[in-house]
Amino acid sequence: MKVKQRQNTRSTLAKVSTGIRGLDEITFGGLPKGRPTLICGNAGCGKTLMALEFLVRGALDSKEPGVFVAFEETPQDLAQNVASLGLNLQDLLDCHLLKIDHVRVERSEIEETGEYNLDGLFVRLNYAIDSIGAKRVVLDTIESLFSGLSNTAVLRAELRRLFQWLKTKGVTAIITAERGEVTLTRQGLEEYVSDCVIVLDQRIIDQVSTRRMRIIKYRGSPHGTNEYPFLIDQDGITVFPITSLGLNHAAPATHLSTGVADLDHMLGAKGYFTGSSILISGTAGTGKSSLAGHFAQSVCRRNERCLYFAFEESEAQILRNMRSIGLDLARYVKKDLLRFHASRPTLMGLEQHLVRIYKEVDEFKPTAVIVDPISNLLNSGSGREVHSMLTRLIDFLKMKAITSVFTSLTPSRVGQGDDESAVSSLIDTWIVNKDWEGNGKRARSLCIVKSRGMAHAQNVREFIISDRGIRLTEITA
Amino acid sequence: MKTSKPDDVWNLRLYVAGQTPKCLAAFANLKKICEEHVPGKYTIEVIDLLKNPQLAEGDQILAIPTLVKKLPEPVRKIIGDLSNTERALIGLDLRVQNG
Repeated sequence: MKVKQRQNTRSTLAKVSTGIRGLDEITFGGLPKGRPTLICGNAGCGKTLMALEFLVRGALDSKEPGVFVAFEETPQDLAQNVASLGLNLQDLLDCHLLKIDHVRVERSEIEETGEYNLDGLFVRLNYAIDSIGAKRVVLDTIESLFSGLSNTAVLRAELRRLFQWLKTKGVTAIITAERGEVTLTRQGLEEYVSDCVIVLDQRIIDQVSTRRMRIIKYRGSPHGTNEYPFLIDQDGITVFPITSLGLNHAAPATHLSTGVADLDHMLGAKGYFTGSSILISGTAGTGKSSLAGHFAQSVCRRNERCLYFAFEESEAQILRNMRSIGLDLARYVKKDLLRFHASRPTLMGLEQHLVRIYKEVDEFKPTAVIVDPISNLLNSGSGREVHSMLTRLIDFLKMKAITSVFTSLTPSRVGQGDDESAVSSLIDTWIVNKDWEGNGKRARSLCIVKSRGMAHAQNVREFIISDRGIRLTEITA
Repeated sequence: MKTSKPDDVWNLRLYVAGQTPKCLAAFANLKKICEEHVPGKYTIEVIDLLKNPQLAEGDQILAIPTLVKKLPEPVRKIIGDLSNTERALIGLDLRVQNG
């Protein structure tokens, strides 16, 4: 009978949106409707939060009431824990969109004197579900029963019956479980809940912690099979599908001014291609950020948005420095056309940075993104990791037709950095700034190493920064 | 270990879910134990959770049948059909008195 049912639903497996950003994408629509899903992971990996957010988003977005059966935490603790993530449980409890049932099992208070079953739990769950018409149920963490009751044979049989009962009840359920050493979960619950299994993980690499999730199994549905990093921040959980998106993005033939008339002229008189990626590399003090700043201004002048990721300087410092070369970027910040995100590269792992960039881009929807400097970010990971991250970042931005400018600090005055050679193949337009000494003065120069799809100037220009902006002049010997 | 006194009254509450064999056995076993050890000094309140599901939360009932010894204190939960008389007596604080 079970098999028959599965065949019927296979072609059109109904799904329930989790409302958790990114999770619906990698599950192609959410969790299997009317079936239990198992989320397992070690302590502190975010299981409870993910489960609770599933209920809260369901209540808020889909008006689907949910029951949270807490085997470990009291309702007060739960409410407190998620308040910092912007989730207000009390409102939902008051509106009967959420019900929390705290199930406490204390072995020392219990004497076992013969045969029993878990009908009491069934009754409570049934009552809780019916009292608010719940469509979603979370059991967090049901394995606690094993520490409270000693008859594991009965518990196993009853849990099997419980998961089956949840299916007949037609609720979409999440069951959380601790990660086991040999099996996925400590009590081997994956044997009973096999429709959808998600594993959460928190790893420390180079003293930086990264959270990741993976869908081990999703019966009757395709799903992303990679490990996906996720973030827990003031907005709850965000998962990002970060696989390389491939090379099927559009190639617009429109342009964005670089903000420097002379540079536009060097780039076929128009500027950067819309949706292209630009690398500006050079040694310290050669005007990389100034070029980036001019580009930001040019974007904002069109009343379009620019997102500036600063990995070296604070927002205030950048604004001040730009003012000294005649750029008033502060007014665009006020108009919310320009937004800064300043953070130290060492604050988190590369993946987390990538996820954060994705998230900000999705929220702000900019025309252009500036990463200043990318080299600092590159130093925080190994070579292969960096290349993979940049590929995904550039693909992501190109898919959205966002023009991206990366600055990169070249370590020495001689030659190009290794980072850049690795990066340059991904880049459409590569501008190199240098400084040189001659004729008794020190001067800056700029040349365009490459610019795909356009006839660009081949010569090296002198790069002059004054309080009236940037000029690029022919070098006369 | 022994906390009960001669004038204690056993205030007992038995949670069941319908008239299943286990529940009926539990009630019969309980009645027998009480009659044997504390005749005339006990009360048994039977709560059927199928009729009153909202009562399960208050005493934190999971397993069925569950016997809650409200008095004499401390409150204890005794789960199962009480067929293991030895363990039932421990749970009810009756062992030492009659041992």
